[in-house]
Amino acid sequence: MPFNIYDFSTFTQWIHEALTSAMSPFWVVTLEILFVGLAFLLFYAVIGLFLVYAERRVCAFMQCRLGPNRVGFQGLLQTVADLIKLLFKELITIKYADKLLFNIAPFLVIIGSFLALAAIPLANGLHAVDLNIGVFYIMAVSSIGVIGILLAGWSSNSKYSLIGAMRSGAQIVSYELSVGLSIITMVVLAGTMDISEIVELQRGGWFLFKGHISAFIAFIIFLVASTAEINRGPFDLAEAESELTAGFHTEYSGIKFAFFFLAEYMNMFIVASLGATLFLGGWMPFHVPFWEGFNTVMDWIPPFVWYIAKTGFLIFIIMWFKWTFPRLRIDQLLTLEWKYLLPFNLFNVLLMALLVLLGLHF
Amino acid sequence: MIKEYFKDVFSGIASLLRGMKVTLSYFVRPSTIITQKYPENRAELKMFEAFRGEVVMPHNENNEHKCTGCGICEINCPNGSIEIISKFEVGEDGKKRKVIDQHIYRLAMCTFCGLCIKTCPSNALAWGQEFEHAVFDRTKLTKVLNQEGSTVQKGVKE
Amino acid sequence: MEQTTTKREDISSIDYQEFVINMGPQHPSTHGVLRLMLKLKGEIVEVVQPHCGYIHRGIEKMCEHITYPQTIHLTDRLDYLSAHMNNEAVCLLVENALQIEVPERVKYIRTILDELTRLASHQLWWCAFGMDMGALTTFFYGLRDREKILDIFEKTTGSRLIQSFNVPGGLMNDIHKDFQKEVKEFIKYFRKILPEYDQLLTGNVIFQQRTKDIGILTKEDAINFGVTGPSGRGSGFSCDVRKIAPYSAYPYVKFEEKLQTKGDTFSRYMVRMHEMWESMNILEQLIDNIPEGTHAVKMKPIIKLPEGEYYQRVEASRGEFGVHVISDGNKTPYRFKLRSPNFMNLSVMHHISRNHKIADLIAISGSLDLVIPDIDR
Ligand code: SF4
Ligand code: SF4
Repeated sequence: MPFNIYDFSTFTQWIHEALTSAMSPFWVVTLEILFVGLAFLLFYAVIGLFLVYAERRVCAFMQCRLGPNRVGFQGLLQTVADLIKLLFKELITIKYADKLLFNIAPFLVIIGSFLALAAIPLANGLHAVDLNIGVFYIMAVSSIGVIGILLAGWSSNSKYSLIGAMRSGAQIVSYELSVGLSIITMVVLAGTMDISEIVELQRGGWFLFKGHISAFIAFIIFLVASTAEINRGPFDLAEAESELTAGFHTEYSGIKFAFFFLAEYMNMFIVASLGATLFLGGWMPFHVPFWEGFNTVMDWIPPFVWYIAKTGFLIFIIMWFKWTFPRLRIDQLLTLEWKYLLPFNLFNVLLMALLVLLGLHF
Repeated sequence: MIKEYFKDVFSGIASLLRGMKVTLSYFVRPSTIITQKYPENRAELKMFEAFRGEVVMPHNENNEHKCTGCGICEINCPNGSIEIISKFEVGEDGKKRKVIDQHIYRLAMCTFCGLCIKTCPSNALAWGQEFEHAVFDRTKLTKVLNQEGSTVQKGVKE
Repeated sequence: MEQTTTKREDISSIDYQEFVINMGPQHPSTHGVLRLMLKLKGEIVEVVQPHCGYIHRGIEKMCEHITYPQTIHLTDRLDYLSAHMNNEAVCLLVENALQIEVPERVKYIRTILDELTRLASHQLWWCAFGMDMGALTTFFYGLRDREKILDIFEKTTGSRLIQSFNVPGGLMNDIHKDFQKEVKEFIKYFRKILPEYDQLLTGNVIFQQRTKDIGILTKEDAINFGVTGPSGRGSGFSCDVRKIAPYSAYPYVKFEEKLQTKGDTFSRYMVRMHEMWESMNILEQLIDNIPEGTHAVKMKPIIKLPEGEYYQRVEASRGEFGVHVISDGNKTPYRFKLRSPNFMNLSVMHHISRNHKIADLIAISGSLDLVIPDIDR
């Protein structure tokens, strides 16, 4: 078995060939889909649970607390225990709720984040689909989640939920723009939308360093805008527990609530992955030109570790935002987008185009 | 105008960074964590001497207390947490005297105002430092403060 | 003066764009069981109707049946964050009525405890305010520092929150021998920590934009509605009882009454932040000069107030707290009326939060620093 931790493509290739030699193409595809689906489901659950734990620990340390530390080693199993508890909880449905939409909403939210995960390369050659419009695809599917949020707010037939959903609508419509533009800036630099190619282009140096100030601005805007897009603090207006108790998921309980919760963390993971891929070189090790010794050492670290480390770093920054800042008001939120981020962004795209045209990037 | 706009942006970012510096400084200093691991630290967890945990009646080694059963604490308690049940006892000198039978103290009603302790003429009551009061049966919160078979200390004036 | 009272608007008539929403009695940011009935138009708050009484315990009536020393444990439970000041009001009233002069030591210790209570209360307000605004970390920083004050309280008084430490004629018992040292240590510590509060919240651009020009209460309105304490001083209404009618050891100390003129949420915030500094100044002036003496004068076992009417006010952490007693010469009061600052402060709620957003309403109610048991009594 040609298993190589530095390059998974030979491994996947090998599986594919082994299967093809054993059965008809139809079964090969079916089996592969099943296998990938299962693997991702597992990955999704593990990452989601771990992120909840990580968030609780990070915020605890920032707040001079310990956080969960009783269940399992250093509290690692705390979220598993919580999940089991949530599974046993009663699923309350409100009498005047729109039953169908009410039940669909959590799944829509989950589906959005699940689909987006498919196109992200987790390591060299380790991704579900290698689309040539990967960036575009992620942008597209990740906005499915907001439909779930809107539906949840609408179908709960509760005023708090409705206000939360409306806020989230306004928020996503405007921030999608900023995320999109900052990604476009990077696409201009890369000249392709194929994620694996974008990663490959960063072999010599990450885009964050390659693209001068322009990439840096895009990175900051991307961080801010995507934090807003995934409804996390300080942009958690849709939830705003001190204003709307729990916003759009006020009326949900048990495992359906857990779905919303999990989706929030997975969205964070996806956004961080995308950021890591576009700006920090995905699974690509950190290279400094002309430092051969240093580069070899960096190459020793497996790509998956690089990827997780970068994503983890971005996730930490997003958490750091949440646990430091007060929440924005809805009009401030829109002011920030339309008055500050958007002009900066448009200017930035132009700047980047100029840089690329003049060949000023590295 | 433009200058102001950029000033807004940069001063805003600076203020945000200042806040982030504070949280990060705590994040990287685990020594600032103040959480106490409660059930584990039971052994070294000492409440202060004055701590108002519950009202107790100290007894000495001969199982003697100072309560004469005068009932002043009962009168002074604002919410009726204390009930004095007294009995008549024939003393050594052959005289019948009123002594305390049961000093009933209802912890569940007590508001820890301290009036009973303050007003007791013979200083028979004191604060106990016990704070783990949770029980499964609320009748357990009604306590008899004078111990079984205890007597009044000599020399406590009636 | 312009008539500024607002007429009670009818909440039952709503058009198709409006809706009525109940904020509370169980809502994370009403800090207790306050119920605000809001008429909303989208995000805009049109009418705020506070409904109180969810935690009404009839304290005034209860006080008519208990003796003066016993009222202490009930006044504790009004504004539990300024329990010490509330008790002091009752004690001063009784002492003045009986014309008892308490020892200097008592006055000093009372004042020190007053200011510590004020500090603890403002710390809790700060962290809860931050939490209302969505900055969850402030909550833990504030509580962490407040814990230090509560420990000092616990060592001396035996309780952390509702101390019942004042008694007519003095104090329950003398201070702990470490008291002075610990207070000094705390001041040293907190002087270092307080700038961190500013970095985290005060200077924050999001916070500033959310509080500036929000919920403006003019000076006239503050006077008309009887808004006192830091909320009133944020509007420039000089209403500090410590200055106007000094009691206990306040005549001996130099301090400033911090006023802001704008009357918006941020001014109310700043008044409290300044008051924390000022409290530390007062503490520093007093802590080393506690005179020797007894901690209480001997009182008669049964306190009877001479017939008549008495009023005593103190500056609680949220405003002027007043006790009005009508005595018929018995050991229990004939009528016991409390002027609780929070009730007055709540009354401006509708007036200043009309036409603001829901998020602003939360900020405003946070800046008024309401304690619900004090409203309902
Ligand atoms: S405890 Fe004290 S006040 Fe109460 S009955 Fe006994 S002696 Fe009297
Ligand atoms: S502490 Fe107060 S409430 Fe408790 S028993 Fe004594 S007098 Fe009654």
